[in-house]
Formats: sequence, C-alpha cells, structure tokens
Amino acid sequence: MAFVSTPSSVSAVMLKVLFALVPAIAVYQLYFGPAILISIVLASVTAIAAEAAMLRLSGFPIKPFLLDGSALVTAWLLALSMPPLAPWWLIVLATLFAMVVAKHLYGGLGNNLFNPAMVGYAVMLISFPAHMTQWPALSTLAQAHLSFAETLQFIFSGALPDGMKLDALTMATPLDTLRTQLLLGRGVADISSMPVFGTVGGKGGELLALAYLAGGAYLLQQRLITWHIPVAFIAALALFAFGFHAYDAARYASPWFQLATGGAMLGAFFIATDPVTGATTPKGKIIFGAGIGVLVFIIRTWGGYPDGVAFAVLILNMCVPLIDAYTQPRVFGHGEKNS
Amino acid sequence: MRTLFQFNGGVHPAEHKQESSTQDIACAPLPTQLIVPLQQHIGQRAKPLVQVGDSVLKGQMIGQADGATSCAVHAPTSGRVSAIGEAPVPHPSGLPDLCITITPDGAEQWVERTPLDYQSMSPTEVRKHLRDFGLAGLGGAVFPSHVKLNLGKLAKVPTLILNGAECEPWITCDDRLMRERTADIVAGAKIMQHLLNADEVLIGIEDNKPQAIAAMRAACADARFEVIAVPTLYPSGGAKQLTKILTGKEPPSGGRSSDIGVQIFNVATAYSVARAVLHGEPLISRIVTVTGNVDQPRNYEVLLGTPVKELVALASPRNDTQGYIMGGPMMGFTLPSDAVPVTKASNCLIASSPKLFPPPPPALPCIRCTQCAQACPVNLQPQDLYWFSRGREFGKAQEYNLFDCIECGCCDYVCPSHIPLVQYYRFAKGEIWAREREKQQADLARERHEFRLQRIEREKKERADKLAAKTQGSKAPSANAEADPKKAAIQAAIERAKLKRAGVMPQNVENLPVETLKEIKEIEARRAQLKQAMEKQPDTPNS
Repeated sequence: MAFVSTPSSVSAVMLKVLFALVPAIAVYQLYFGPAILISIVLASVTAIAAEAAMLRLSGFPIKPFLLDGSALVTAWLLALSMPPLAPWWLIVLATLFAMVVAKHLYGGLGNNLFNPAMVGYAVMLISFPAHMTQWPALSTLAQAHLSFAETLQFIFSGALPDGMKLDALTMATPLDTLRTQLLLGRGVADISSMPVFGTVGGKGGELLALAYLAGGAYLLQQRLITWHIPVAFIAALALFAFGFHAYDAARYASPWFQLATGGAMLGAFFIATDPVTGATTPKGKIIFGAGIGVLVFIIRTWGGYPDGVAFAVLILNMCVPLIDAYTQPRVFGHGEKNS
Repeated sequence: MRTLFQFNGGVHPAEHKQESSTQDIACAPLPTQLIVPLQQHIGQRAKPLVQVGDSVLKGQMIGQADGATSCAVHAPTSGRVSAIGEAPVPHPSGLPDLCITITPDGAEQWVERTPLDYQSMSPTEVRKHLRDFGLAGLGGAVFPSHVKLNLGKLAKVPTLILNGAECEPWITCDDRLMRERTADIVAGAKIMQHLLNADEVLIGIEDNKPQAIAAMRAACADARFEVIAVPTLYPSGGAKQLTKILTGKEPPSGGRSSDIGVQIFNVATAYSVARAVLHGEPLISRIVTVTGNVDQPRNYEVLLGTPVKELVALASPRNDTQGYIMGGPMMGFTLPSDAVPVTKASNCLIASSPKLFPPPPPALPCIRCTQCAQACPVNLQPQDLYWFSRGREFGKAQEYNLFDCIECGCCDYVCPSHIPLVQYYRFAKGEIWAREREKQQADLARERHEFRLQRIEREKKERADKLAAKTQGSKAPSANAEADPKKAAIQAAIERAKLKRAGVMPQNVENLPVETLKEIKEIEARRAQLKQAMEKQPDTPNS
C-alpha cells in the first residue's frame, strides 16, 4: 500500500461540486427571485438531518460521513431541479425521499443504484404534479414581485400579499410553453416569438444554462468529471434535435433550444455525472451519457412531461451494471495488439 | 528522434530525489556482522555450503543455486561463519528465513577473482557463471538473471532494454550509479547483448535525471546504444510499462517479455554483470539510497547482509523516526525491524516519521469516481476489483483481470476515499492462491481415494474369482456352481456401492461443514474487526 496519497478527499470533491454550482445559483437568484435560496436552505437542512438520523440508525460513524458533503450536493441539486415557489413541504419531502429511501435504504454513500436527487424529483413529479409546475417567472416578465420576507411567507404559509395572485408570480417554462403550443397546432417559429423565449432558449434560462456550463468546465478542469458523459449527453441530444429540426422545423425545436432549456446543462454536467450511479468505463460513460441525451429528447418531444432529464437518468441508472459489464476496456497485455 | 508510446494513467507524486541525489556514492564501512539470507532472489532458496565455524573469504560462495530458478549467495567479506539459522529478513510478513551470519575478520581478503573471456565461451557456460556469481535483478524483483538471459529455442531477442527510469519517489541509487559507474553499466549491457544476440540496446531514463542521461549518452556514443529520456510519470519504470513506452509493444498478460522479442534489465543488474564477468566479482554489494527522515541522506555501496540498523545510522536518523520503509513510498513496505539485513532487493531505505508519511484518514466508501481507473497503468477498473475483493467474489475479480495488477499503488495514491485498494487486491490474490492450493490437494486426495476404491474392487473380484474356481474344483452341485458367480457379482456390486457410500459420503459431509465453519469463523472475525474500527472512527478527525 502506498505511503503517500494525493491530498484529495471525498469532502474536497463534494465541496468543489458545490462551488461549481455557485454561479448558477447566483444567476437563478438574479433572474427568478430569492425563492431558490430558501429552497436550497430547506433542502440542505433536511438532507443533513435525514443523513444524520439514517447514519445513526444504520450504526455508521456520524461525523466522518456527515462531513463528506455528499448530502449537501444531493440537496442543492434537488433544490435546483424543483420549482422553488412550491410549498415548503414539497422540497422537504423530496429531500427526505432522496436521502432516506434512495440513498440510505440502499446502503448509504456509494451503494445507491439510483441518483438520489432524481428519485426525489421524480417521486414528487408523479405525486404532486400541480405543485411541481410553480416555476417563478423571469423577474422582468413577472407581473408582481415578492420581497425575500414575502417569498418566505408564501413558501411556508401559502399566503400572498393582499391582492396578489399566484399567476402573477409564476409562468409556464419555455419547454412547457412549447409543448402546449405545439399541441394547439402552432409552429415552432411562431411560438418562439412569445415573450418567455430568448435568443435561443428561454429568456434568463439561457444564462442559467451558461452558468451550469461554466460550473461544468470547472469540474472538468479540476478532473472531478471526465468529458465522456457530458459530451455524449449533449452530442446525442443535439444530434437528435438537429435531425428532427432539419426534417420539420415547424414541429421540432432547434438543437440550441434543446440544449439551452430545462435541465439539459444541469443534467449533463452535474446529474448524469454522479459517479456513484453512473457508468464507470470510458466507453460505458459515452453510452450512458448518449442514452440519457436520446431519452431526454424522446421524452420532451413525445413523452408526457415537458422535460425528461430525471426519468432519462433513472432509466440509464438501471442499465449501468449491464453497460459496465459489456464495455470493459482492454487491459494492458491483453488482446489484439499482441500478435 | 524515437517515437515514445504511452501507457494508461500514471501519477506524479512529489519526487524527493534532491535529498539524496546530490552527493556521490559513499562506501558503507564494514559492519560488525553480516547476515546473509539464502533466499535473496525469486525461486528456490540457495543450499548452504558452509558450516558454523568455517572461515570464509570475501566473495566465496556460501550458498549454492538449487534448481533452475535460483542463484548463489556469497560471503560479502572475509571472516568466520558464526551462525546458520533462521533470522529476521526484510519481508512484509516479518517471518524469519534461513540466514548465514558471518563475523568479519576485517582483512577483506578476496577469493581468487578470474575474469571470464565471455566471447569465446558458450552462452550456456556464461549463464552458469552468472548463476554462480549470484546475479539477480537489482531493480527490486530479484529474478535470477541467467534465466532471463536464456534464449531457449529463440535465435535471438532483438531488443534489450536497460531500465534506468527509477520512477519511485525518493530513490536515487540508479541515478547515482549511472552518473558514476557509467562504463561498467555499458560493458554489462554489451555482455547481455552478446548473450541475447540482440540487435538493439535501448536505455530508458526518466527525464528528471539529466546528468545520468548525459553521462550515459556520452558513454554509449560508440556502442550504438540508444539512451532515451522518457517523461517522468510513475510507474514508467515498471518493466512492462517501460517496454511499452520504448517499443510500443505490450508484454502479453501471463506471458514473458521475450515473447515479443524484448528483454529488460535494471541498469544496476548490468553493472553487476560487468563486475562479475569482467572482474570476477560475485554479487556481494549493491547501492542503497538511505533517505527520508535522516539528517544526511545519501547513497551507499553496501555489503549484502549489512544490518539495516548499522546502515541507517550512517545517515543520522532523526529522533521522531518510527520505522523504515524498504523500497519506495509507492510499492515499498515497512520493515518489521531494523535488525534485518540489506539484500539484493534493497534499493532504498526511507526513514519514516508521522510528519513525513502521515497515516491516511479513515477510509470512506468507494464513490466510484474512477480516479483509480484513470490512474491505473494496466487499464484495470480498480473500483470493480475492490468491490469484488471486498465481497469475496474472487472468481469475478479474476475475470476482471485481478492478476494483471502490478500493485504499483497508483490507485491508492489517487483515491479520495483513502481506501487501501492494493491491500484488497493482495488479499484477493492470496485467497485465490490458497483456494487453488486447496483444490489441488483435494484433487490429489480424490484421485488417491478413487484409486483405492478401484484397488479394493479389483482385489474383491480376484478373490471372488478364486473362490468360484475353488468351489467349481471341489465338484459342488452344478446348480449352485452356476448361481454362485452371479451371486458373487451381485454381492460385489453391493459391496462396491456400500464402499462408495462409506468412502465418499462421509468425506463430503465431514469436509463441507469444516470448510464452511472455517469461512464463517473468518467472516465473524472480520466483522468484529470492522465493528471495532467503526467504533473507533468517530473519535478520529476527518479531513
């Protein structure tokens, strides 16, 4: 056993992931109001409490595991995936489900088969579909604005300041708008002229996507993730979008739109790259990432939900053992290179 | 310019070469006693040739090669054999081995040294001499050199590689040797080239040793040997890795490098070959780096058998030294005690202190981050091997090429969860070997048992035949005579079945539970240990 080691640790890895999320949170808060900060705090507190309780129940030492930071990563990713204006119990429930069922009932850190954040998200989406659509409107488009205190009050009690309606605060997301408008028979170009759309994606959302991209670039630079999953994810999604867009531009949105909206960038760099639940071989990572990209396109285009990152990730999580088993790299001294 | 090739991964730990590489090689003084292990090489232990009380001369053979893969050991100085018996040796197990202890007389009186005219001798004869000169690989693997220099059925091995990469941190013995004793290294390479009938000689040196590269280039100018600077990346000095870097060929898994027309030796081995063949000196000393937590790190030429304690004293270990690592910090091991002797495998001694090599923080679960897979020079998936080894799925581990692991420690080095991965692989390999041995023994026992059953059956039949012949001969009633053989046959069959049941069934029933019990016991013990470790962990701070 080596007597020396790199100074890296699980905590350091997780802290860097959190750090990489900071630009996106800043953009989110700037464009969509302070609700995201409240849900991040709610998720973090719930995650740490749930983790501590589960560690205690399963007899693991609490301190080193609590300090590993993995609970916070799950909490932040979940908060960034959920609609922040939803009632407080939604994010709390989602986090509890993610930590208790998806992570600790499978054996805790390193043993879970499914991405905990995505399990929490998917369960809430199926159980409380109405609450899961309370997306805050872009601040420049919203008819009303909430102060931090008012946001807090709304999330915890559901009470809005006098005379204000929920509709004034929330808005359908670009993906949702595209979906419903397409069903109404309008063309993509026509729909894209609606105020919720920006240059290529959703207004404000484009910048958020860029912030996730910047965070992802940092993770790559720090060698915490490899290029395989994000590149395969983005390439597959873009390729499919490009093909269908080229075939019928009126019915299928452009690849740029697909990449800049919804959970595409968050998914590609932060969620699909979860090491515990993802494929591990280089080839496997490419298949895994591409599979998610293709499924995201399919679910968005023909599925029952406006976005499909969570389901795509969970479905590919199921395939990981198979993918890894069939994509073992050639070991030194084996195979065709030796004649 | 030669195109160099890459192996997967590799790591770049802090080099720490400066500490010991700036001073020239010093000659370690004669120790008070020399403890010479008879097993300093891979293969069969040498057979002792002397008895307690014998006087020996410097360079006199005191242990004879025993079998094909074995080599001789020699008295490192003149003196008297004061003991022959088990003594602690530098091995991670801490188990003692057979050693010959010599008390020096201080005269340093040599045996007669006769250089060999190797060019007029047959290769077989030269190799026999090398075996009797005690030559084994000095890079650390100590494989008997004469075996690697055997062409066998091959007409030649086209490429001879000298390994001067010295990729492990802290170690500088090859660096200094290449700078100071260049001519003999080149001469040794020529002898090896002659024996292997090699077309080309490549000398690979990591580019963090510019002086060694310059010295070797100057010495090789007229020999048409190619000195190649390879990028500093651990483990480029692994025999297989260096072969790949220089030739692009990969020694086949489970095969030999000569299968791809390559043979590779450490530069120090080449030096010792030259000393042996051209000067008649057997392998009785080697260069050892003494470094780490010492005030005067340096390289020493050390007589084999010198107690570690006496050697490290020369470098003045600091007060907080708490032990010694033999080899480098990546693949070396902590010596069980400083009473063990320096052997042919001892390239480096690192005094360790908690400050220099802090114990790793408690291991966390594997998060499958694949940092290990990205670092693995053999392109294994260490995270999977860890999972299988830990779960005792040894078959699966083997299927995922556990035995291709060179235990270089790159995965340990990068693991953010600080899991001692190599220890898991060693454990799995050990278990697989143990099971293999058990299986072989069981097979042998079964064969013996089956043979015994056959013999009993045969004897029974012979007896029945004899009985039948007798009864026929005594003119018994013919009806009975006809029925008897049938009856005997039936009886024999019943007996056979009974024997089978008696012989086979109880064995299975008896053996299985013992095995299972043993396994259960092992598991229980491990569980208890884990539980203990778990209870301890909360107190230790986590970083």
